[in-house]
Formats: sequence, C-alpha cells, structure tokens
Amino acid sequence: MGVWAIFKKEMRLYFTSPVAYVVFTFFLLGMGGFFYNIFAFYDQMSRQAAMNPAFARDLNVTDAILRPLFSNTGVILLFVVPMVTMRLFAEEKRSGTIELLLTFPVRDGEVMLGKFAAAMALVLVLLGFTALYPAIVAYFTRVEWGPLLSGYLGLMLLGGAFLAVGLLISSLTENQIIASVVTFFTLLVFWIIGWFADSVGGNWRVLFQYLSIPEHLDSFGKGVIDTKDVVYYLTAIVLSLFLTLRALESKRWRG
Amino acid sequence: MIQVDRLTKQYGPVTAIRDVSFNVEKGGIVGFLGPNGAGKTTTMRILSCFMPATGGSARVAGYDVFSQSLEVRKRIGYLPENIPLYGELSVSAYLDFVAEIKGVDRSERKRRVADVMDRCDVTDVQHRLIGKLSKGYRQRVGLAQALVNDPDVLILDEPTIGLDPVQVAEIRALIKSLSGQHTVILSTHILPEVSMVCEGVIIINRGRIAAQGSLDRLAEEFFPTSRIQLQIVGPVEVVGPALRQVPGVLRVEHEGPADGAGIYLVESMRDRDVRDSLAQLVAERRWGLLELHQLGMSLEEVFLRVVAGEEFGGGA
Repeated sequence: MGVWAIFKKEMRLYFTSPVAYVVFTFFLLGMGGFFYNIFAFYDQMSRQAAMNPAFARDLNVTDAILRPLFSNTGVILLFVVPMVTMRLFAEEKRSGTIELLLTFPVRDGEVMLGKFAAAMALVLVLLGFTALYPAIVAYFTRVEWGPLLSGYLGLMLLGGAFLAVGLLISSLTENQIIASVVTFFTLLVFWIIGWFADSVGGNWRVLFQYLSIPEHLDSFGKGVIDTKDVVYYLTAIVLSLFLTLRALESKRWRG
Repeated sequence: MIQVDRLTKQYGPVTAIRDVSFNVEKGGIVGFLGPNGAGKTTTMRILSCFMPATGGSARVAGYDVFSQSLEVRKRIGYLPENIPLYGELSVSAYLDFVAEIKGVDRSERKRRVADVMDRCDVTDVQHRLIGKLSKGYRQRVGLAQALVNDPDVLILDEPTIGLDPVQVAEIRALIKSLSGQHTVILSTHILPEVSMVCEGVIIINRGRIAAQGSLDRLAEEFFPTSRIQLQIVGPVEVVGPALRQVPGVLRVEHEGPADGAGIYLVESMRDRDVRDSLAQLVAERRWGLLELHQLGMSLEEVFLRVVAGEEFGGGA
C-alpha cells in the first residue's frame, strides 16, 4: 500500500535527520515553561482562595489550568508545525527525488496522504508528551475528563489544519526556509486576525472572528464540541490538501 | 514493448519535442542519442509517466502512459539523469522503501532487495547512508532501485554521466547484461556508448527524430559508399591515377608522405567490393602493399552527418 510505504519513509527521515529531535526539544522546553507558569499561578490563587471562600467558588482546574494550557499548546504548535512540514515537498523538489517519487506506481493523493499522516503522527507524539501535565494536575486534584478529552480533540484538529496548510505551502516552493517562513506567517495571520475583529465592525467583524484560529479552539477546552468549530478545522484540512494535489498536478505538467 | 506515436511536448511557447515516433521491441536495448537539449530527458520523462505529453501518444508494456499511468509505472524502472536519492536513508532502507512502494510482495521483498544489491554490487555498502556514498555507488543504487520490481522496461537517462572510466565500463557491462529479460532504453550524448551497449539507435536533434534503426542500417543510409585504406610503396603521381582507373572506384584521396609508403583512401560503392581488384593492380605494377583494409563507419560520423545535415536545413 502506497500510503503506508510513504508514511514509513517520512517517519524514518524525521528520525534519521535532526528534525524530530529539534522539534521535540523546543516543543517540550516551551510547554514545560508554560505549564510551570500556569501551575504556579494556580497554586498562588489557591492560597488566596483558602482565605476567601467567595473567590474559591469560581476557581476550578479546567478554567484555570487546562484552558490556558491548550491555548498555549496551540501557540507552540504555531512555531513547531512549520518545522515539521517545511521539508515534506520542498526538499523532494529541490533534490529532484520528486521525479522518482511521482513515477512510482502510487497516486499523487497517496503520496500526499502518506506525508500528511507522517507529520500528523509526529504532532500526535508531541501531544502525547503533553499528557504529562494533566497527569501531574490529576495527582494533586480532581481533573474533569470531558473537557480534557475534548480539548485534545480540538488540539488534534488544530494540528491537522496547521499541517495541511504547511504541506500546501511546502508543495509550492523548492526552498525549505521559504516554506517554513511562509507557513509560519500564514498561520500567524489566522491566529491574530481575531484581534482586529473589533476595529473593523460590521460583516467584516463576523468574518474575522470566524477565521480566527484561537476563537475555535477555546470552546473545545470548555468541553464543548461545536459543529461550527469542527467544520472550521476540517474545511481548512480538506481545502489545503485539495490545493496540494492541484499543486502536484501542476508540477507534473510544468516538469 | 515501447510504442511512441507523434509525441509532442510544449513548455509554454517552447517546443521540447515534436512528432517523435519510434518503437522498441521486447528485450531490445536502444540508445537514445542526441546533443544536450535535444529532448532526450523530456521524452524519457513522458515515457516514465512523470509528465504528460501535450500531443501524440505513447504506450509502454502495452499500456498508455497517460490514461493507464499506474499500470505503466508498475512495469517500469526509471533512473533520472541526476540520480535523485534520499541521502539520509541507508542503501538497504531505501531499496526496501522502493520495493514496497512498487508493490513487491512483503514475503518476497527481502529476497528481491538482496538480489538487486548483489547484481548492482552494492551489498557491501548496504548499511551506509546514501548521502555518504561516492558517485559510482550512487549510480549503482539508482540502477538497483530501477530493477527492484523486476520491470519489463528500464528507462535510463544518461546512466554513465559523471563516472570515472572504470565505473563507466562496469555500468555499461551491467546494463548490457540486462537486455533480453528487460527492454532497455537509455539516453546518452556519448557516442561510443551506444555502439558498445545498444542494438538500435534513435538519433534525436532539436526535438525531432533525425534517424533511427540498427547501427549497420544507419551507416548504409548515411554512407552509401564504403572506404578502403591502403598503404602502398610507389610513386605518388602514378599510384593515385592508377587506383582511380580500377572499375568501381569513385574517389581516391592521398594522405601521408609524398614518397615512400603513401596512404590512400579509396571510396567505392557499398555494394561493390573492389579490394581484390586493388590488390591485383598493386601486384601487377610491383608496388609494395603494406596495408589494405576496409574502414567501418563509426557512429560518430553518422551522428555528425545527421546532426550537421539538420543544422544546415538540408535534412538527412
């Protein structure tokens, strides 16, 4: 099966080159820092709440730890995903290996899905590492499983959308640096576009809010799986993958 | 095995190849010869299903390269010109990947990979990263990946470029050993390579087929006369005219020293052997005959004549 062969090859390349290790290192350093901050702040709040029962009523683990943690994971993925996807097609084009790859008896779609699946697997491993943080919290206090699971679902969808955009951009250039920079800024634009929603008013405001990435992540962290948010991420994934296929096809015609 | 019919490829306004047609029989080994930029790589990329043509059709192993591309790709082994391989993979890991993606059965894969590594003589470097290998080894790994699915058709784009003479000889011997069980089409701009390795030649120039056929047939077509070289000890002013008098001789050229043993080039019609008459003449006149032999037509001469004929718009 072509997808599986490509998947294994990409995984092997991630781990024989330094890419996976660099990504793991920076992701975990960043996450560790954020988690420490959030956890220490929660600790401080708890001490204050001990003296003020009214304040304590509004303090809970999901809102004070999990939701900020998910949001921060999203921010770090914004930095990490371009590193994961930049190589996927750009390097094949630069080194010419794409010429052989596209003459093997597999469909372009299988090549693309194999690459996407490998990148997704790497991101899932990253998200797997972060399970340590809720585990630490659960050691000290009770964690709500519903919001935790839906939060991870949201992060997977967000990761998938980021990767699909990265894959598309990688298929448009031969230069890994350009692929990673353009991916980063594209994702950044969609990350901060919601900040401008209030200054533009009217229909633009609705549009900007809808396009904003964090806007759709937050409700997952509250334990709400809203169709609107799921559709948002799935649309980004499907649209990007579709355009990637078109880019590959165009590459064939132009040679 | 390969049928190409009026194949045309345009990149925007630039026409890379135009109305290219040829056939390659099963088990044959054909050289695709042309100067740089003639359209060799474009043709090979179309045959290997990397890019579609803008006009005409091509069938490889009985399947159309455009509409039945996956069927064609299962049955070919392709080696692009710059041997693009994954430098971060080891030789055996890479060949295993290619075998899997080309649909070699899981149970057979190990054996096939070991087999092609053995045939291409890369077994002793199988655990090294491809990026660390010398050009000669990379070339052989490239051939191994083309062979790993035991393809009906091998498409090799400039397989000996950039190798040292010993490696070139090795690769040529390897390719030659592949004919018979595989149909091979290889491109090159090195003329002796074709006469050493191939049975048939297709000469392409400026995107068009300039000539094709077996080497002998091309020689006949482009050199209707045969040439005989003699070395005769005798007075130049007598020997030359006397040779020209021999029936069947069209032209005599004198090369070499004016006195003593002069070298003469005699041209005659190809279908008429004048060697016996020439020898008799020399014997009658009691000159000294040091050498007499027929000159073969080198592919180089055929090629130059074909390509030069095109350049001057005369057609071949």
